[in-house]
Amino acid sequence: MTAVWVVVVVVGLATMALKAVGPLVLGGRELPARFTGVIALLAPALLAALVVTQTLGTGDGVVVDERVAGVAAGAGALALRAPLLAVVVVAAAVTAGARALTG
Amino acid sequence: MSATTFAGSAQFAAASVLGAGGGVAAAAASASMLNARYAPIGVSVAPVIRGGALRRLVESQLIVDESWALSRRPDGTYDRYVLIGGGLTLYVGWVGGTAAGAFAGDALGDPERYGLDAAFPALFLALLVPQVRSRRALAAALAGGAIALVLLPFVPAGIPIIAASAACLLGLRGE
Repeated sequence: MTAVWVVVVVVGLATMALKAVGPLVLGGRELPARFTGVIALLAPALLAALVVTQTLGTGDGVVVDERVAGVAAGAGALALRAPLLAVVVVAAAVTAGARALTG
Repeated sequence: MSATTFAGSAQFAAASVLGAGGGVAAAAASASMLNARYAPIGVSVAPVIRGGALRRLVESQLIVDESWALSRRPDGTYDRYVLIGGGLTLYVGWVGGTAAGAFAGDALGDPERYGLDAAFPALFLALLVPQVRSRRALAAALAGGAIALVLLPFVPAGIPIIAASAACLLGLRGE
């Protein structure tokens, strides 16, 4: 088996286990009220972290590149109440345009 | 890979570590760390994933960032049908798109030319905005983003995201 397939299988199994652990252990049960308050904030915290890491991250560091312009344009589209798909397209198009100009 | 690891960022991480000449263990570890967020995410949707153990196991595999964010109701609970139905739709699109990319990818060239690497943060931003309806949600988003930003230059990919989830502990405080 090649290295790539070893990684595919290992990561696949790890991801399945990570996704399954909550529903398997707690499935169908209501969470305690105190816990619900914490979980309610998980989405904003994680999504904000994903925005930051995917806008600035390179896998092993930070770089400010054309993605920043694209995401900023996407934010502008959001402020104008553009639909989700339009926001994504604007961000990609502005990033591609900035790359074409600078590269 | 898309069929077995339904989580895009982990695939990109594994591919980039292998592409940069990193070892198998490093690639698998970094990709798995990126997906560590699915442990708390799974806990958050556990109340709506019901039935026998096998059924819960299968349904839990359809959890993915986008369907999870879309299925969240304003009161902090989750809509089971949006979560599972959205997950299933995304899975078909993801695997189908990967297969199409594998066949036609060479013809398209570098996806960064099309700015596609900026499409994901923009999508997550668009999913984030409707979540920030209270002061506490705003505080959690700012704290989560700040934690990720501070850690990003110093730790392997994935750890900033899982560390940022600690921001949800703000929920322990009263309103």
